Amino acid sequence: MARECMRHHDLVIIGGGATGMTAGVYAARARMDVLVLEALLPGGQLNNADLIENYPGFPEGIMATDLVELMEKQARRFGVKIERAEVEVLQPRENDFLLQTSAGDICAGAVIVCTGGQHKHLGVPGEREFAGKGVSYCATCDGPLFREREIVVVGGGNTAIDEALFLARFARRVFVVHRRDQLRAEKILQEQAFANPKIEFLWSSVVTEIRGKEFVEGVMLRNLKTGESRLLAAGAVFIAIGMQPTVGFLPDGVARDDFGFIITDRSMRTSAPGLFAAGDVVSGSARQLTTGVGEATIAVLSAQQYLDSTSAKKT
Amino acid sequence: MSEITAVTQDTFEKEVLQASTPVLVDFWAPWCVPCRALALVLEAVAKEYAGKIKFAKVNVDEHPALASKYGIVSIPSLFLFKNGTVAENLVGYISDRDLRAKLQPHAG
Repeated sequence: MARECMRHHDLVIIGGGATGMTAGVYAARARMDVLVLEALLPGGQLNNADLIENYPGFPEGIMATDLVELMEKQARRFGVKIERAEVEVLQPRENDFLLQTSAGDICAGAVIVCTGGQHKHLGVPGEREFAGKGVSYCATCDGPLFREREIVVVGGGNTAIDEALFLARFARRVFVVHRRDQLRAEKILQEQAFANPKIEFLWSSVVTEIRGKEFVEGVMLRNLKTGESRLLAAGAVFIAIGMQPTVGFLPDGVARDDFGFIITDRSMRTSAPGLFAAGDVVSGSARQLTTGVGEATIAVLSAQQYLDSTSAKKT
Repeated sequence: MSEITAVTQDTFEKEVLQASTPVLVDFWAPWCVPCRALALVLEAVAKEYAGKIKFAKVNVDEHPALASKYGIVSIPSLFLFKNGTVAENLVGYISDRDLRAKLQPHAG
């Protein structure tokens, strides 16, 4: 049973973070009929970040919320429509896409998915309270803020070890807390970490609480083998236990990797014609602002080519 | 025009405690990001309850005494007042759908 579309756009961008807004700007400047859908708050993950020092053009850094404001202002300038809606189901149809959203059905000739993901949380006391005050999910973002401090990294995969190695450049010591007695990370990363004198491993351990006053001052650790608990002083806790891509609305047919991230080619094309993806939701993403906005640009160019070729076929 | 009334220390008694309908008060601050996301939810949901539930907001930076009177340690905090007393208290961001579910029983 075909659902009729009251609303149709050439291009719908799902996600209004930095990636989605950049795609919006490029699409609007290309005079495409474009709509950006954002479920929560424009700016996405930037809303949880602090000082951004690695985005080009800001030698003194820029506060994440200021950057969001500037991006929104820029999007408005080019008439990008950012609508508050959550996409519940994305259905590829013969000639277009049907999006079932919290604001009704919307149809699109092409879609770019920029929904990013969410860092998995430990779910321990203190984690939410100290977000931005010593608890972080991004070492490249916040590591340099903790020079010469004791830093805890939670996790045992590639991200955790990558982050530990990166943080070891700034930190006095890095404690990697992992609930098992073996790492999942690639062997080569493990070797580097084991060889690094600043990195210490706390095996079979979990963080049960994050403590501090105004900022993080330490973590409670429990050893899963001995049952013992102890307080470890630390100025920061980097939680790297994985990221969950926001893809619940995607049909099963769209190719994803083992962790659920969307597989694309270098033109940001997914396995479904007319469907593109950019930013943290993409498999293998470097999860940076710069890569997200770069991929957004490419995705729009690809979407434009796709729309031109499909409309050419119709005429 | 905003559906949400900004309430102050001075106007709280009249606008909230003595209101004839239930009042949902959003305790927020400009620097609080989840507060911004919640503000969008409240703007959307307020329209649906026009005449049934009044929506108001208190900037805790500007009115710290009011915030501490209601024991607010975390924002955003939503308080639903009925006949001058707190009928419901929600801390943190809440979605449109979940908020409606909480408000429906009080919409009378």
